[in-house]
This record gives sequence, C-alpha cells and structure tokens, in this order.
Amino acid sequence: MSGKPVLHYPNTRGRMESVRWLLAAAGVEFEERFLEKKEDLQKLKSDGSLLFQQVPMVEIDGMKLVQTRAILNYIAGKYNLYGKDLKERALIDMYVEGLADLFELIMYHEFKPANEKEKDLANIMDKATNRYLPVFEKVLKDHGHDFLVGNKLSKADVSLLENILWLEELKPDALAKFPLLQSFKARMSNIPNIKKFLQPGSAKKPLIQEKDIPNVIAIFH
Amino acid sequence: MSGKPRLTYINGRGRMESIRWLLAAAGVEFEEIFLQTREQLLKLGQDGSLLFHQLPLVEIDGMKLVQCRAILSYIAGKYNLYGKDLKERALIDMYVEGISDLMQLILMFPFSPPEAKEKKIATIAEKATERYFPVFEKVLKQHGQDFLVGNRFSWADVQLMEAILAVEEKVPSVLSGFPQLQAFKTKMSNMPTIKKFLQPGSPRKPPPDENYVATVMKIFKLD
Repeated sequence: MSGKPVLHYPNTRGRMESVRWLLAAAGVEFEERFLEKKEDLQKLKSDGSLLFQQVPMVEIDGMKLVQTRAILNYIAGKYNLYGKDLKERALIDMYVEGLADLFELIMYHEFKPANEKEKDLANIMDKATNRYLPVFEKVLKDHGHDFLVGNKLSKADVSLLENILWLEELKPDALAKFPLLQSFKARMSNIPNIKKFLQPGSAKKPLIQEKDIPNVIAIFH
Repeated sequence: MSGKPRLTYINGRGRMESIRWLLAAAGVEFEEIFLQTREQLLKLGQDGSLLFHQLPLVEIDGMKLVQCRAILSYIAGKYNLYGKDLKERALIDMYVEGISDLMQLILMFPFSPPEAKEKKIATIAEKATERYFPVFEKVLKQHGQDFLVGNRFSWADVQLMEAILAVEEKVPSVLSGFPQLQAFKTKMSNMPTIKKFLQPGSPRKPPPDENYVATVMKIFKLD
C-alpha cells in the first residue's frame, strides 16, 4: 500500500497513455498493473473493480476511477493543472476535447489493416494540419504566452504536446507549417517532469508493434 | 443582447439535447438559433465563431463555447450541479461518461441503415440493462438517497434522466427490472424545472425522424 496511484491497463499506450502523461507532468509517481491476457481483465470485472466493466482503471485516493476523462479531470484538479476558475477550465476543456477528437484517429491508426494505412494517415494529417493544429498555433500567437491557458501549465498543454509528438512519429514534418508549435514543443520538452518522462526507462510507452497487436485485441475481445 | 445563453444547432436533439436538458434543469432560460443550410454553417466557420468548425456552439458569459463536454462542464460548474469537491466531481464525471457511452448508441441510431435498426435496438437494450442501468440501480440502493451523488441534485442525475427517457423511447419496458430507477424517474419528473421541460412547448426536441436525419446529412455533409 504505497499510496501511489495504480494504473490498470495492457502494456501499451491506448487510452491510458494520456493518464501516464498527466501524472508524469504533475510529478506524480505511479505503479502499473499490466493486463496480459483476457483472464486478467475478467478478474478485474469479477472483483467488481470496474464500474462499467472497462479499463482504463486508476486506483487513486481510495477510489477506483474509470472513464478516461473522469480520471484526467481528477488528476488535473488535484494537481492544479485545470486553470484558476470556471472560465479557464472551460477553455482548457474545449482545447482538450478538440485534441481528444484528433487523438481518436491517431490511436486507432496502428490497428488499421495494411492496405488502409496510407489513406488513414492522409486523413489524420489533413485533420491535424487543417482543423486542429492551426487553432493552437493561433492561440499561442494571439496571447504570446508559453502556455495555452492562463499563462500556466495545464492539462491542455500536456495533451497538445502528447498529440504533437505522436503526430511526428507518424510523419516527422507534421509541424513544418507551425513555428509556434515547434517552439512550444521545445519548451514543454524541457520542463523537468516532462523531460524525465521523455527519457528512456520512463513509464512512457512506445508505439505498438504489429506483432503485439493480436495480443492486445485478444484481451478486449 | 438578452444575457441569456444562446444555442446554435439544428432543430433537433443531436449533440445539443444534453445541453438543453442541463440548462433547463438548472432553471436557466436560453435562446436558440436553428441552422437550416450548409452555407450558414460555413459562414459561422468563416466568422471564427467555431473553434474546430463544428457544432454545438453555445454563447454564454462572453464566450463562444464548443465541444459538448466543455459546455456541459461549464454549466454544471456555474449552476452548482458538479458536486461539492474534487471527489464528488470525479464520481459525477464517471457516471456522466458512462451514460454518455450509452447515449452515443442512441445518437447514432437514426443514421444506421433500416436493415440494421432492429439489431441496434437490441444492442441498446442489452447495454442499458446489463452494463449501465445496473450500476445506477446499485448506487441508489446502496445509499438510499434521492440523488446519485452527495445527496444533492447534480449533472449526473440530469444525464441519467435523459438517458432513461431516451432508451424507453426505443425499449419501453427497459426499466422493468430496476425499481430504484423507476422511483428515480418519478422523482426527477416531479422536480419543478424538469417537469416544465417535459411539458409540451418546452425547448425539448422530439425524437429524431427522417427529416432530422436529412437535415444533419445536408448541413454537416456526412457521407
């Protein structure tokens, strides 16, 4: 009983990666229990640990939290990454929700069949460069601050960095047209907690490899 | 410039209905603009009114809010429907997010092809009666209180009420195994603001029909 949050999920990014990012950015150490086979998920279900029979699940402060947004909101609130008032929270929520729409596309990309991957990547890049990235480039340009909201680190900045880095893994020149996002990325990457998370040996997970995909799918189906 | 929140969407439930429910439950009057053509949507995008070129849009307190959850969270926070502390907020968020997964099935239902509809209704019934409703039946049974969280009316109660009624439209007997939820539904229906919202002439929109589907396809250009 270490008092640290405990994350329950397979050993892959999926829907838990945003939680790992946010805890790391907040400087919070955590433990992970990796689901390796269907039986592991089944056990959590029969234990009554999963409110809606689903992971991610995070044990934190005596609660067994499920639903990614509920988990992220709690962490952001607890560690002061959620703005100073309701209006800043609304801005942060808007930005994070927009990024979540982009993230849905990004997250599933590795699971697409080989013959669909090129078209899928083109769609992701189209949405990223025409709908989402310009919004954040403009936000940074308009206020000239280091962070998206209220001149202070929030879950919106962490989410933006996470998505930017993943986009660059799929297409290295994803930020070519966005100079302010490039400097945002550099600044954010140098924040000590984040710098640590970006180093080898951290809890940050690599892109899923093709050979591991069947195993992950088997856990859930 | 009335000071009332202003909702921009099409004249139908879609992703705006939960927002209408929450504002109504909070006793907040609002105005609505209904888009009828794609050109109107594109114009809003060009005006810079739509952060991600999408609806819903709610103008409230000098902000142009988009993204349902951002809008709903703001309303819940502003009108004290979000619990008394972080832990209650986490519970409310968990419950709302779970219900929202169920509501997603309902939201998408009108757009499924006719031959798939029967199966979709079966899926809605199954998810409601096996995954979601049992959770809330148990929550209400365990604490014996009128409301889901903190013995106080919250966003979670409004969202559950909306979901119960929406599922009942498709599966009329869906609450038959859930006595707590039946009592919950009755209590919610009798709360003055909700009672008013459930009466004819309120901003509550009717169930989606073919006209709604056609309007959505035309305006949002969903291929």
